Amino acid sequence: MNSNQVDPVNIQAGSTADNGQYLTFSLGDEEYGVDILKVQEIKGFVPTTRIPNSPHEVRGVLNLRGTIVPIVDLRRKFNLEPVEYDQFTCIVVVVVQERVMGMIVDSVSEVMNIPSADIQPPPDFGNGLVGNMLRGMARTGDKLIILLDIDAVLLGDSAGMAMAA
Amino acid sequence: MNLDMTIFHQAFFEEAADLLAELETQLLRLEEAPNDSELLNTIFRCAHSIKGGSATFGFTDIAHFTHGLETLLDRLRNGQAHVSSELTQLLLESLDQLKSLLAVARGEAASAPNSDPLIARIDAAIADSEGQKPTIASPPVEQVVPDEVQRYVFRFVPNRDVLRQGSDPILMLRNLFEMVDEINVRCDTSNIPALTNFDPEACYVSWEVEFTSQHPMSELLEPFEFVSDDCEVSLTAVAGYWQGDAAQQVACEVASVAQAVVTDVAAAAIVTSPAPEPTVTAAAKMETHTLRVSTDKIDKLINLVGELVINQSMLNEVVQHFEISSLPRLLEAVAAMERASRELQERVMAVRMLPIKHAFGRFPRLVRDLAATCHKKIDLKTTGEETELDKSVIEMIADPLTHLVRNSIDHGLETPEERVACGKPEVGVVSLNAFHEGGNIVVEVSDDGRGLDKDRIYRKAVDRGLISESDPMPPDDVLHNYIFHPGFSTAAKVTDLSGRGVGMDIVKQAVQGLGGAISLSSTPGQGSRFRIRLPLTMAILEGLSLRVGDEVYILPLTSIIESIRPKQGDVRVVAGQTEVALVRGDVLPILRLYQFFGVEPIVSEPTRGLLVIVENDGRKIALLVDELIGQSQVVIKSLESNYRKVDGIAGATILGDGRVALIIDVPGLYRNVMPAQAIMTAAA
Repeated sequence: MNSNQVDPVNIQAGSTADNGQYLTFSLGDEEYGVDILKVQEIKGFVPTTRIPNSPHEVRGVLNLRGTIVPIVDLRRKFNLEPVEYDQFTCIVVVVVQERVMGMIVDSVSEVMNIPSADIQPPPDFGNGLVGNMLRGMARTGDKLIILLDIDAVLLGDSAGMAMAA
Repeated sequence: MNLDMTIFHQAFFEEAADLLAELETQLLRLEEAPNDSELLNTIFRCAHSIKGGSATFGFTDIAHFTHGLETLLDRLRNGQAHVSSELTQLLLESLDQLKSLLAVARGEAASAPNSDPLIARIDAAIADSEGQKPTIASPPVEQVVPDEVQRYVFRFVPNRDVLRQGSDPILMLRNLFEMVDEINVRCDTSNIPALTNFDPEACYVSWEVEFTSQHPMSELLEPFEFVSDDCEVSLTAVAGYWQGDAAQQVACEVASVAQAVVTDVAAAAIVTSPAPEPTVTAAAKMETHTLRVSTDKIDKLINLVGELVINQSMLNEVVQHFEISSLPRLLEAVAAMERASRELQERVMAVRMLPIKHAFGRFPRLVRDLAATCHKKIDLKTTGEETELDKSVIEMIADPLTHLVRNSIDHGLETPEERVACGKPEVGVVSLNAFHEGGNIVVEVSDDGRGLDKDRIYRKAVDRGLISESDPMPPDDVLHNYIFHPGFSTAAKVTDLSGRGVGMDIVKQAVQGLGGAISLSSTPGQGSRFRIRLPLTMAILEGLSLRVGDEVYILPLTSIIESIRPKQGDVRVVAGQTEVALVRGDVLPILRLYQFFGVEPIVSEPTRGLLVIVENDGRKIALLVDELIGQSQVVIKSLESNYRKVDGIAGATILGDGRVALIIDVPGLYRNVMPAQAIMTAAA
């Protein structure tokens, strides 16, 4: 599963010439990107079933063709202001460490080729957890895209689901 | 042609495992009825099939090992050797060896114990049977001394359908020709019809072959064994080429020398052969990922699917030309569809159900071996072997059951002397019972031994700090439950079998992991009884859907006692904080589900909602819910596979409208709620 993951060390050294494909989406004022190979599907927002006593960011579970899929609201995860869900709100279904999960984003933008040379390592946030969830920053034209390490976002130490592992 | 044999290997392994299980059962029966020729034939057929299969798929060591075994069994069924307890022991050990060889072939074990000592012992037993030969009144014709060359006439008229049945006469003849010399073949082609009537798949020819061979007749006929029922196969010995008496005598001498050597080797081998115990348990643990289903069940499924298709076309027709007058027909068609799909669901679930004898099957052997090691006389009684359980439950319950049986034999049953002294029959009884009770399956393991020693458990519990010395002796059921605590063993000495204090807690965990419960009753001097209650299946559940706030939850029907709407005076508050309900004299703690699940309440007044009374482990609590929606069968989906375990939630299911509803885990509620509530109940 991890074979497609770009080695962060190599990104920093700028030695991989490979183009990575990323699905980008918007959340608040920023554009984010996740490795396209982790993405299973994108679907419009549908109401979820709440799970009692679950972390704040876990909105609930969804029936995805017979599979029960937990849904994480990325706005809640990143402590952004809550917004009304609208017709652009999407659930990006990803597969991380063989688990199917969904994340709610404001809207999905596009699939982008980003050469690894254009990716900069994340700035040093000190020992904060933010840095662990980022894979890097990519500059395309005048836009800055924040590339997420989706494994760390959904299953990392700070994630509500980490207990399950 | 490069065939991928591995897919066939899997089939062979399964078949071999079945055959070995059958072999084991039959061998144990053989001990009781040593002269049953039908039994011997069955045993021989099992061994033969294993040999055939292993040779076909290239597991030469298994084939080689089984060959010797087969020869020995052949002697047994021909009456040339007699069943003795040593011989049964040898056969059972060979069986264990076969199991380990198979485990190696499956890649589950790195290496099997060396087969050679056992082979030597089998050969010795075969040689012994040859020594017995003179005692047989009339040696059959085929008992020719191996080294003798004999001339035969062989006639083979294959059945016309032989090719359609998948047999190849030419291949059989070739196999025969490998064993014979001076072949003279005549093929009878006179039955071949004119081309117009010719069926290309039929076999019209027959053969007559003359040859000489030094193999015995039984071996020569072996290639034709499978077709001998419906083809004409005859082999007759004719005069010619007899060897001189001198040569025969030499042959006999060689044989007896060989036998002496073999016996020596065998004697040495017995000393060095390692105990096969660990490999047996490893082999028994194997889990099969395929399912054998009786054609009967499949046929019913096919019928149902047919019905469903008819229903569906009926429905189509009604809908396509729909007028309001045909509404009754539409409703009828929908109802029929519902009936069919519900039945289909039940039948599909039944496909996963296996009789519990698959789990019970290993016990006769286990009990036999344990009886020998403990020097106890034990009679194993099983009832309800046909009770059906989900396949995965059966696989997972086998180990806990084994532990309980071992426990009963080691701790429960007394030695024959002790039993006689107590005025009990010398032979102790261990019984395994399985039966339906409510929506559950109950499996009981009981013995008529000495029962649990209450004083010893009490002392041990005090030792381990579970109760303090000043406490009075707790009631029996509380005391008995201590044995399920980790590290709790009251056995005076640690034996090979049990007493290390690991086990009972693991048994309890395993049973709970299956969604079941274990309880225990014991009468001193009369024995103890373990009672395991298991759900019928792990995949489907009869549930009651209920509304809490604006959310829907499913409550398993099996744990529900009743539901009531309490009157004003029935709800009391104890110590200003804990609510209880008075239900016909019982005082039950109330759990407000909306509070537990953190739901925004719509009904918060117990007298305006409903109290659903649930029971677990004999303790009842009342759950406050808004309303009951209805009863339905739900398919259990795992929350854990993509998310994680949630307190008080057993899983999820999908409702008719596609939304997810969570299933309440009643024992889990108790774990989370009862510690606080229990204190209250005690105070009340």
